Amino acid sequence: MTRILILGAGTAGTIMANRLRRLYAAEVRDGRTTITVVDQDDEHLYQPGLLFIPFGGYTPEQVVRPRRAQLQPDVTYVRQGIERVATAENAVYLSDESRLPYDVLIVATGARVVPGETDGLTGPGWRDKVFDFYTLDGATALARKLADWPGGRLVVDIVEMPIKCPVAPLEFAFLADAFFTERGIREKVSITYVTPLDSAFTKPTCAKTLTHLLTEKGVDLVTEFNTGRVDGDQGRLYSWDDREIPFDLLVAIPVHMGAEFIARSPGLGDDMGFVPTDPHTLQSTVAPNVFAIGDAANLPVSKAGSVAHFEAEILAENVRRFIADEPLRPDFDGHANCFIETGHDKALLIDFNYDVEPLPGKFPIPGIGPMPLLSESRLNHLGKRAFKWIYWNVLLPGHDIPGVGPRMSMRGKHPLSN
Amino acid sequence: MSTTLPGYHELELDAEGFLQKPEQWNEELAVQIAHESGIPELTDKHWQVVRFMRDRFLTTGNAPSIRTLGKESGVAIKELYQLFPKGPAKLAAKIGGIPKPHGCI
Repeated sequence: MTRILILGAGTAGTIMANRLRRLYAAEVRDGRTTITVVDQDDEHLYQPGLLFIPFGGYTPEQVVRPRRAQLQPDVTYVRQGIERVATAENAVYLSDESRLPYDVLIVATGARVVPGETDGLTGPGWRDKVFDFYTLDGATALARKLADWPGGRLVVDIVEMPIKCPVAPLEFAFLADAFFTERGIREKVSITYVTPLDSAFTKPTCAKTLTHLLTEKGVDLVTEFNTGRVDGDQGRLYSWDDREIPFDLLVAIPVHMGAEFIARSPGLGDDMGFVPTDPHTLQSTVAPNVFAIGDAANLPVSKAGSVAHFEAEILAENVRRFIADEPLRPDFDGHANCFIETGHDKALLIDFNYDVEPLPGKFPIPGIGPMPLLSESRLNHLGKRAFKWIYWNVLLPGHDIPGVGPRMSMRGKHPLSN
Repeated sequence: MSTTLPGYHELELDAEGFLQKPEQWNEELAVQIAHESGIPELTDKHWQVVRFMRDRFLTTGNAPSIRTLGKESGVAIKELYQLFPKGPAKLAAKIGGIPKPHGCI
């Protein structure tokens, strides 16, 4: 019997479970293979929806469904917290002290925000004038605040990298511009985007084609700002080198870390709680029968659902190869793909990988599209909104999206000359 | 692309002088990059940070943040800013021969 154990029933874990269930349909049916998924609750959050909640675009009920219902019936779902992984014993200990032995372990427990890592962030003013929107509670509280906020200085601050969906904070600034314009108070609001990086757009082609967006939308930019502490009482954001930014409303993207049990599992994670993973095979460097997928892995790739989706196809094949004692295929190329909301019902679309930066062109059919890459269009916005249906009905069940393979394609793209 | 490092024309650098291939790095080069970046001399403390930064990048694929540097490199954050004025993480990355920290766009 082969016991496949998946930790986490979010995007990556759910896709993996359903893909492996299909790959081993006969074996699962007759009990030669078991697929078990563990998560601590039964609320699967559609994380791309969090961006829209503060602006009234979705209600909390519209972005949460039961985790169990997203998994095939013959996948075993264990609703329990995870205490620790004991790789030396090939077993996982759960919060109720039960023990789950495995032959193959897939860590898919994602990344979580840890606002407590930043001095003062959860102090005075937290959830009153200091918010996050990367949690359902935070996004919902912010929606209540924004609905009747009279205006003032709005500051959007990335505390440090890496973060999930690295463009979401910029999208937040763009959507805020549109939101306050529609509320008729845009002239009473200043929007400042604060980043530890040295530009809002760090890739040369993006810098060339997208920098105009900040000016057009009246978003001020502060770069190389490494947040040291927050003073909610005084409404001040301080960097480690003592620069300060005043705010009336702070939307912070807190420090991200891997799941808590990773720190309790000797050797499983790095100092941030992410699992050291081979960037091409997705096998962890911790033990040969331990793999990591999605935000839980320490790969130099965006922490985003599209990445998990592309990884899943390759990881399912590599798990099969591992079990069959065949060499793993180093096929993952860092492919990521995402819509970037720019406000007023328009969006950008980007497609890139480890080696190739986002380029202009047409997607998914080269030359035809219909969606333009790296330029604003209404169609891209409709694509982003339609994606919610695709997420629940195509992505999570582990189906392929027609025309979009796991490896990035250069067809239909135009590198810009320097 | 950059010609700011005389005698190292075979190096692959980005427009700001960051090494694109960490394996092309050596200590002599680090001294030269530091000099070009306004740090006349690399002290033991500088080396401690540069080596930590480089090791962390080579083992995890990600450059550590300022907060992690302050917590784990053995050099406090205030001192990091004295050693590497303006942007310790960025400057230590440059001197350590690893790519500039970037986002996805």
